[in-house]
Amino acid sequence: MQDKDAEELEIGDFIRTLKARHGYDFAQYAPASFKRRLRALRVRTGAASISALSRRVTDEPAFLRQVLAGLSVPVSEMFRDPWVFEALRREVLPILASYPRIHIWQAGCAHGEEVYSLAILLQEEGLYDKSQIFATDLNDVALEEAAEGIYAASSARLFSENYQRAGGRYSLSDYFHARYERIKFDESLKRNVTFASHNLSTDGVFAEVQLILCRNVLIYFNDALQNRVLQLFRDSLVHKGFLCLGSKETLAHTTVERDFDAFDLPARLYRRHAPR
Amino acid sequence: MRHASPAQRVVAIGASVGGLEALKQVLGALPADYPWPVIALLHTSAGYRGTRLDTLLAQRCALPVREAEARRPLESGVVHLAPAGYHLLVEQDLRFSLSVDEKVSYVRPSADVLFESLAEAVGAGAIGVILTGANDDGAAGLAAIRARGGLAIVQDPQEAQAPQMPQAALRIAGADHVLPLAAIGARLAALPRESA
Ligand SMILES: C[S@@+](CC[C@H](N)C(=O)[O-])C[C@H]1O[C@@H](n2cnc3c(N)ncnc32)[C@H](O)[C@@H]1O
Repeated sequence: MQDKDAEELEIGDFIRTLKARHGYDFAQYAPASFKRRLRALRVRTGAASISALSRRVTDEPAFLRQVLAGLSVPVSEMFRDPWVFEALRREVLPILASYPRIHIWQAGCAHGEEVYSLAILLQEEGLYDKSQIFATDLNDVALEEAAEGIYAASSARLFSENYQRAGGRYSLSDYFHARYERIKFDESLKRNVTFASHNLSTDGVFAEVQLILCRNVLIYFNDALQNRVLQLFRDSLVHKGFLCLGSKETLAHTTVERDFDAFDLPARLYRRHAPR
Repeated sequence: MRHASPAQRVVAIGASVGGLEALKQVLGALPADYPWPVIALLHTSAGYRGTRLDTLLAQRCALPVREAEARRPLESGVVHLAPAGYHLLVEQDLRFSLSVDEKVSYVRPSADVLFESLAEAVGAGAIGVILTGANDDGAAGLAAIRARGGLAIVQDPQEAQAPQMPQAALRIAGADHVLPLAAIGARLAALPRESA
C-alpha cells in the first residue's frame, strides 16, 4: 500500500511542522481519529494534499487558527450524560458549599455547553455568587463562541431534556432567549466565568481549584499525554478536591490512579486524597 | 489473555434497525474457541444509563461480550461492543480508541468510521459484515475494507428487517458473500478453519 505509506509520511511531516512553527504538538493524539480530522481539514480548506496543508501552515501564520479549529473537536451538549450533573448537584456541590470561595476548572470546554450547565447548577444551589469558573480550551475559535453563549435553536430540545433529567428545578428556557434560529444564554450566567486559552499538552498549573471537569478530552490522547494531563489535574486540585471525567474515561491503568479515590464511578467522579 | 497480533484477522459487524436480534443470531453461531477478535456495532439512542446491551448479547453468545474501552487492546475470542454515543476506531497497534467527533452518516457510533480505521489497521485481515438497517452507514467503510483486500459479507436485503443498509453496502462496496442471516454466523465460524 504505497499511497498509505506516502500519506503516513505527509501526516508525520505536518505534525512536525505544526510543532516547530507554532509549538502545538499533536504527536500524542490517538492517530486514527486525528487522521480523519486532518483529512477533513484538507478537504474543507481545498488543499490538494496534506503536504500542501503543511506549506500553508508554514507560509501563513493566520492559518493556524483555522487548523486548530479543524483538528480539535468542539462537539458537546448541555448536561451531556444527565446523571453526571445530577450527581454533581446532589453529591459534590453540598461539599463545595463549605468553602468560602469555590474555584472550578472546566478543561476542554468546547463551545461552552458544560460551562453554562455548571453555572446553572451553581445558581440553582445558591452557590454561584461565591464561585469562579475557569473555562479553558486550546481552540480559540471555540472559546470565542463559548463566551457568546449562542447555540442553534434545534439543540434546545435535547439540552432541555438533559437539564430535566439532571434534576433541573425550572425550565431551561428560563435561562435563554430564542431569536431567529438561535438561543442565547443570559449574560448573567457568565459573570463569574473566565474563558482562557490553555493547552493541556504544554501548559501548566494556573490555579488551585476544588473541582475539575474534563470530559471527553482524554479519549483523544495517548497514554503518555493522558498521564501528563492527569498529573496536571492532580497538582491543581486542593486536598479532597474532585475530578470529573467523561463517561468512557477512567483513572484505571494511569499513573495517578493511587492519588485518587473513586467517589461515584458511574458519574466518573474521583476525589483527590493526600499523598500516602 | 491473548492479544491480537498484526497478522491477525478481525471481524467487525455493523447493524442498525432490527440489529439486536440479528446480532444475537450471528454471534450465537460463533464457537467458544473463536480465534479472532470480533467487534459489534449497533446504532442505538445514546446516553441513557443502564443500557445493558452487552448482557443482552451475551445471553446467546459463547464468547465473552464486553464494551470496547479506549486504549485497550483488541482480544481474540472476545466480542467487543461499540459503546453508545461514541465513534469506535481501531489503531495501528490494535488498540481501540473512542471519539465524540461529529456524527458520520447521521450516526455515532458509525460503522463507516470503524470499518475505515480497521481497514487501515489490518488491511486484508479485515472482515466486514453489514446487517439490517435503515440508513447508508457502513457502505463506505465496507468499500474501504474491500479496497485493501479484506472480506465483505452482507446480509441478503430480501430477508433483512430493514433492507436499506445492506442495499447501500451492495451498491457502493459490493460483497464477497451475500447471505441470509442464518448462514452468516456459520460462515464466520468456518473462516478460521479455511484460512488455517
Ligand atoms: C469533544 S470536546 C469535549 C467537550 C465537553 N467537555 C463535552 O464532554 O461535551 C473536546 C475538547 O477538547 C479540546 N482539546 C483538545 N485538545 C486539547 C488540548 N491539548 N488542550 C486543551 N483543550 C483541548 C478541543 O478543542 C475540544 O473543544
